[in-house]
Amino acid sequence: MMTNASAARLTIFIAGLLFGLGLTLSGMSNPAKVIGFLDVAGAWDPTLILVMGGGLLVTLPAFHLVLKRPEPLFSHKFYLPTLKGVDSKLIIGAILFGLGWGIAGFCPGPALAALVTLNSSVLIFVGAMVAGMVLHRLFVQPD
Amino acid sequence: MENFTPMTGLAGGILIGLAATLTLWANGRIAGISGILSGIIFPIAGESQWRALFLLGLLVGAGLYLLVNADLAVDIQASPLWSAIAGLLVGFGTRMGSGCTSGHGICGIARLSRRSFTATLLFMVTAIVTVFVSRHVISGGLQ
Repeated sequence: MMTNASAARLTIFIAGLLFGLGLTLSGMSNPAKVIGFLDVAGAWDPTLILVMGGGLLVTLPAFHLVLKRPEPLFSHKFYLPTLKGVDSKLIIGAILFGLGWGIAGFCPGPALAALVTLNSSVLIFVGAMVAGMVLHRLFVQPD
Repeated sequence: MENFTPMTGLAGGILIGLAATLTLWANGRIAGISGILSGIIFPIAGESQWRALFLLGLLVGAGLYLLVNADLAVDIQASPLWSAIAGLLVGFGTRMGSGCTSGHGICGIARLSRRSFTATLLFMVTAIVTVFVSRHVISGGLQ
């Protein structure tokens, strides 16, 4: 019989695996395809709407049902974001992220999934993304 | 719209939604990739293992897709310098703005979070404007 701890570890690994399959199957791990969506004045490719739509089709009803439960299956509480309200950090952060997303066509999940190709530009992007997170920690939110 | 791939886009999106639901339902965590990655770089006691397992699963999922299809298209049009600038912006911006496409766009919107609606709208619009400027205003693009 599997313990709760190992069942928790197995499910989170499977969740990551499904996420990685979803990113690659949907084509979102290809920056050219993402740019094809963002380029509304070019040969527009609306696929990304269906990817987000497909995701929300599941999470909108499922999160509602899951969050009505007293606690998760393998944990004692739900770890939800605690910040409320729109502030300047959220606004500036989202704009900076959008700028980088538009330049390269990569957001964090697809960039990590694309690492499996060992493409040198992916390695550069992911290395710089980690550096950006470190810079944020050092200069904006030091402990 | 010759590049439009609605079926694989929708199927991939549903997989991503299922992955996010499993993460919340089983472990009570939000499947936001920038937050998960940042939590690996700056570990908090007891919060690293699930993140590492999720990211390992993501890489295995993307690797499986690559193996089965014998190909994973990753077409990056930005130069190495622009890829590095984009990576810095994405890493810094997602931490400052508390999330990316997955955490805000898939999970936050499903929780009906006002912060996530705002962030998703902002990074989408910024990315669309960035692509418009880099493709249709600056001649030669981001080479």
